[in-house]
Amino acid sequence: MTPTPRHQSSTTSPLPPNPYTLPPLFTTDHHTIGRLYLLLALFSVIIGTTLSLHMRLHLIWPGLNIERILPGSYLAIMTVHGTIMLFFVLTTAPQSGFGNLILPAQIGSRRMALPLVNAFSFWLTALSLLVLCSSAFTEAGSPLSGWTAYPPLSAVASAGPGQGLGMDLWLASIALFAIASTMSSINTLVTIIRLRCEGMTWDRLPLTVWGWFTAALLSILAFSVLLAALLLLFCDRHAGTSFFLPANDLVNGTLHTSGSGSPLLWLHLFWFFGHPEVYIAILPGMGLTSMLLANFARRRVFAYRTMIVTTLLIGFLGILVWGHHMFISGLSPYAISAFSVSTIAIGIPATAKVLSWLATIWRSRPQYTTAMLFSLGFVSLFITGGLTGPILAQPILDQYLHNTFFVVAHFHLIMAMAGVFALFAATYYWFPQITRSATCPGRLMSETLGRWHFATTLLGAYATFLPMHLTGLAGEPRHYAQLSGVPNAAGHLLADLLPLNRFITAAAIFLASAQLLFLVNLVRSLRHGQLAPTNPWQATTMEWRPALKNISPIHETNSRADVSDLKIVVYRSPCEYHSSLHPSSFTPQWEPEITLNTTDDDPE
Amino acid sequence: MALHFIAEPWHLPANASIHGLALDHHLLLNLWIVAALFALSHLILLLGLVLRRTSAPRNTWRVEYLPLAAITFLFIALAAQAERLWADARYTGADPGALQVEVTAMQFAWYFRYPGTDATFAITRPQLADPATGNPVGIDPSDPHAADDFVTTELVLPAHREVDLTLHAQDVLHGFSIPQMRLQQTILPGQPIHVHFTPTTPGTYAILCTQLCGTGHFRMNANLRVLSPADFYAWLAAMQSAQKAAQS
Repeated sequence: MTPTPRHQSSTTSPLPPNPYTLPPLFTTDHHTIGRLYLLLALFSVIIGTTLSLHMRLHLIWPGLNIERILPGSYLAIMTVHGTIMLFFVLTTAPQSGFGNLILPAQIGSRRMALPLVNAFSFWLTALSLLVLCSSAFTEAGSPLSGWTAYPPLSAVASAGPGQGLGMDLWLASIALFAIASTMSSINTLVTIIRLRCEGMTWDRLPLTVWGWFTAALLSILAFSVLLAALLLLFCDRHAGTSFFLPANDLVNGTLHTSGSGSPLLWLHLFWFFGHPEVYIAILPGMGLTSMLLANFARRRVFAYRTMIVTTLLIGFLGILVWGHHMFISGLSPYAISAFSVSTIAIGIPATAKVLSWLATIWRSRPQYTTAMLFSLGFVSLFITGGLTGPILAQPILDQYLHNTFFVVAHFHLIMAMAGVFALFAATYYWFPQITRSATCPGRLMSETLGRWHFATTLLGAYATFLPMHLTGLAGEPRHYAQLSGVPNAAGHLLADLLPLNRFITAAAIFLASAQLLFLVNLVRSLRHGQLAPTNPWQATTMEWRPALKNISPIHETNSRADVSDLKIVVYRSPCEYHSSLHPSSFTPQWEPEITLNTTDDDPE
Repeated sequence: MALHFIAEPWHLPANASIHGLALDHHLLLNLWIVAALFALSHLILLLGLVLRRTSAPRNTWRVEYLPLAAITFLFIALAAQAERLWADARYTGADPGALQVEVTAMQFAWYFRYPGTDATFAITRPQLADPATGNPVGIDPSDPHAADDFVTTELVLPAHREVDLTLHAQDVLHGFSIPQMRLQQTILPGQPIHVHFTPTTPGTYAILCTQLCGTGHFRMNANLRVLSPADFYAWLAAMQSAQKAAQS
């Protein structure tokens, strides 16, 4: 950090030339790092989706024996699917990918606060992904204990295939990821706190920045606890401790007499991380959705300040609700009543957000760009997935629904699908920012392909995840490798669910295939996309600020007329649209005077 | 039956326990409220998109805080009822006269132990546990209470009598779930836990493992057979005399 006082933040002074001559891949440039993160997330989401299709096929067609194509059992594939999607897609892409690409520009900074830490975090994350993937190529394959890795299944190597070396690699991978995420969150927080340009007061911050800020706060708390838990589990496995191993545990014919711990401790530590983690994944998406709805409806976000408060409130309550993952795990029933109350309470700020979104677009006749469509899709999926939250927050109902597909439907809609819709909105909206370089303006993605992508994805998402509520209510448990060939009364219960499961698998294949539209659009637009005008969406936030327009040179004696010598100043809050006159009449944050002229940068 | 009519679209398997009736009622109420809120919110979303643009100023209290208060009130009402049901089910233990059965979960099987005529479970030692020798739960034969304990691979219960289950996990976490009894409990090794319920309808029901426990998780299940009281006590007498014959 530069020791300069606040009013002369370091963004106003030119950066010293980078003293390290690194090859381009090892850059400390936040823009490149952001793109690398997105590339990593894209690679991960392709793997994660392939794995999920494999699971869906195995579920209805266990004789297919796809194990020959992909290494590992159904459960190993499920573990990697969950781990890769949660960590390397839903955490990495919004928080680190778009966080690096957009966040500095939105607060009027030319860089992230800690460039070296930033580069180090990225390469740790990449290493972490490599270690995770390598577990699939060990003799016994990846671990099978799921992304939650409950001991003793995860603590004892003989508990199942993959619980030896595979589990050690999983632990190493997630530990690296936790370190990388903690460092990256510190970078995000320092950047937001110290590098806001002149005039960028806290209440002028776009809601996306509030999302990144709250998610970074949660990350530091959550990932540091996860790291500690991982270390304790590692010690249980290799150093003879027994934090999580109970007394006289008889696993697979071997009696472990040395234990004196409790698996319950892991559940507490893991979910103290795990629940904030899902908010880390979704908070940036909530912020982006708010800003995009406002921009394409040409209205200020309804109840803007309430939105800031609810973002912080969701973050705060997010660390008080971990017990709802343990309603039926043997906690005191009184403690469970308390966790139920805190969980219901988190529905209140979430509802306030939905009301704000609905009010923002109410009778606005918005412009249906692909980014807007995906934001509307986010609202729809967030409502649908969110509504089942209060049901699962009631312990007596969780006593029936726990670990059924009802839960799978709930979190895939609100976290996975809503999260991915926010990522799609971000990609279509910020594509010019992703593709721009120092010498060349960015490109736009094809809107026609984008609309088809939206329609098919929305249909596929609902067709895949809505019926899961029904199979869950009918009693289908999670984590079952197959539904046929099961003995006893359970066999009938599961076999009855096969027809609906066949439909879900078909819908999942449709949903995954629809993503080819996105990939084609992405690859084509990278080279042949239409060149974007300076502010293609007529946005008011700082990342669309023209490089040389309306910025006054700093008055200190400085001979260099470089762009980086020019001071960035913010004059107003975001979302100043003068809709009563003309939809394209607006005043961006960098504009000193309110101008009611229409701009010539029309998107179409 | 009205309950059947409102339950039909949701695919709930028939309930066969006393507490399940109120649970189902509350679950169905929740599901219908959620379905209505889903429809209402999407109607508002779509109407808001198709209606003519307006720039009339709106009152934040009326648009946001009032509906928020209404939904908060709804959440509180649902949660209060849920807490009441939860307290009924879990705040107190089973009636002292409840039938005692011990459930042992292991990769990937369920065993059920009945205490026999002395109504007392013998001590178990994990080092003695060996399914191959017919002692899967590790009963200590030197315990005087051991002789009449018998172990089955299906859970047999009488209708209309409360049962107090003691759940054990021998190795890793397991989930004890009987969907048609509307009952589920995660079992942690080293931490036995009690659950109690009263079955009502004779029949055969699925007992599932619902907590990921390893490769055989999907096939770790057993049958619950609920018998009429007369049939149950006949079965119990037969099992006890068979156990006596085996011991002598």
